[in-house]
Amino acid sequence: MAIKTEPILLNLGPIHPSTHGVFRMRALVDGEVITDIEPVFGYLHRGIEKLAEQKSYRQFIPLTDRLDYVASMNNNLAYVTAVEKLAGIEVPERAEYIRVIMSEIQRIISHLLGIGSFFNDMGTFFTPFFYMFIQKEKLTDLLEMVSGQRLLFNYMRFGGVSHDLPDEFLPALNTFLKEMPAEIDKYERLLKENEIVLARSKKVGILSPDMAINSSASGPVLRASGIEWDIRKADPYSIYDRFDFDIPTGTVGDCYDRYRVRVEELRQSIRILEQAVAGIPKGKVLNPVPLRFRPPEGEVYSHIESNKGELGFHVISDGSDKPYRLHIRAPSLLNLTALRKMLTGWKIADAIIIFGSIDICVGEVDR
Amino acid sequence: MTVAITGEEVVGALDKELKGAVKSVESEGILVQAEKILDIALCVKNNKNLKLDYLVSITGTDYIDYLEVSYLFYSLDNNKRFTLKVRLENKSNPAMPSLTGIWIGAELQEREIYDLLGITFSGHPNMKRIFLWEGFHGHPLRKDFSNGN
Repeated sequence: MAIKTEPILLNLGPIHPSTHGVFRMRALVDGEVITDIEPVFGYLHRGIEKLAEQKSYRQFIPLTDRLDYVASMNNNLAYVTAVEKLAGIEVPERAEYIRVIMSEIQRIISHLLGIGSFFNDMGTFFTPFFYMFIQKEKLTDLLEMVSGQRLLFNYMRFGGVSHDLPDEFLPALNTFLKEMPAEIDKYERLLKENEIVLARSKKVGILSPDMAINSSASGPVLRASGIEWDIRKADPYSIYDRFDFDIPTGTVGDCYDRYRVRVEELRQSIRILEQAVAGIPKGKVLNPVPLRFRPPEGEVYSHIESNKGELGFHVISDGSDKPYRLHIRAPSLLNLTALRKMLTGWKIADAIIIFGSIDICVGEVDR
Repeated sequence: MTVAITGEEVVGALDKELKGAVKSVESEGILVQAEKILDIALCVKNNKNLKLDYLVSITGTDYIDYLEVSYLFYSLDNNKRFTLKVRLENKSNPAMPSLTGIWIGAELQEREIYDLLGITFSGHPNMKRIFLWEGFHGHPLRKDFSNGN
């Protein structure tokens, strides 16, 4: 006679240490197997889209820092490029290079944290994480050098960036770029073929290419499923069309592939940074724009390939000095759509890893 | 570069019976009747020339006289983009069909629009607030919303 089981509703979070922010999963479990989940969020909802309607265009830049707070520069970049497109503002050549440098530094920071916490979720408690944190710290110092801040930079402006790079910046970045490939090799030696890593992440939480597209996944999650789609190549913004780099993709779409794609993207970001440092011209970094300027009536959707995926700003202007409506297409939110499909049928312990492999930032999910 | 498909191109590709559902053609998109959104979305997704198979983003806006929902699509194969728009004049009880049956990517975004603008999407599997709590009154992104200050 078969033993009768009863489904149990299990709350994972909202303060579970591996939830990458205040995030909750309501899981329906049959024994240890998840039969259904519902992501619950909003704990960090600050109404940023509503606040945008009450502030001038310029005043909103610091608030974008608070979206994906591990990659504030990318949020700055996405927002200022959207408004520049709307208002037809030109950006000096040197500022474009600085923006690319900042954006790629942020991608490395975010991926290091994403990979590190992914291994935390897997049970290698904080050892790989701190190896990666050593390098992340050097980059945070670099960003502090240019902006005076370590997390929320508020560095970009319409028409450029707020300050030029200090003299010490490029030599320090060069040193980092020389050291980093060996560091990545070290991570690879420790983790890439590690038996436990393979056993726990290979063929776990597979997201098929069709499902990845259907669920609007983007960034490393989409690419790990084998879709070669990167906005830096597909729709180059800033000066990304000048750089030579590859789009790493996965083949299976499992947790392991998502981790692999992020590691390869670290190497590609280093390639871009090397080219940007070699090619950066001298000159001014900001075309002054009036503090309270009025873009013409109209709407624009502008997107960048942020570290998490497609970060888009849909800005609607009524001709006044405040946005009439501003919608943020947050990659972290949309990457969660497929979570349910990815988790169903897996055990609770796997659920933590699968969730970690998506690498979300709740600041961006909740806005 | 991701090239925008013109409204005329899409109208040309739509089946004859769907052409009546198009209210107006704009430079980078078309405005369609809300009731016909499902048919039109299926058509642009499955049409061999358009292949708009990726739902990027859904934005809801309160234009005082009406609510507008705008859908942005990409064709990943052709590297093109296209916008579909819907206007809802009934602001006291706005409702329209949900796209979740075609793209599950619409699920969280439609819930967000329901939460912040109060548009109900019929056919959505889980139509409830997403950021704000149950029992919250009003929809903050409506222009007449007051937070008491």
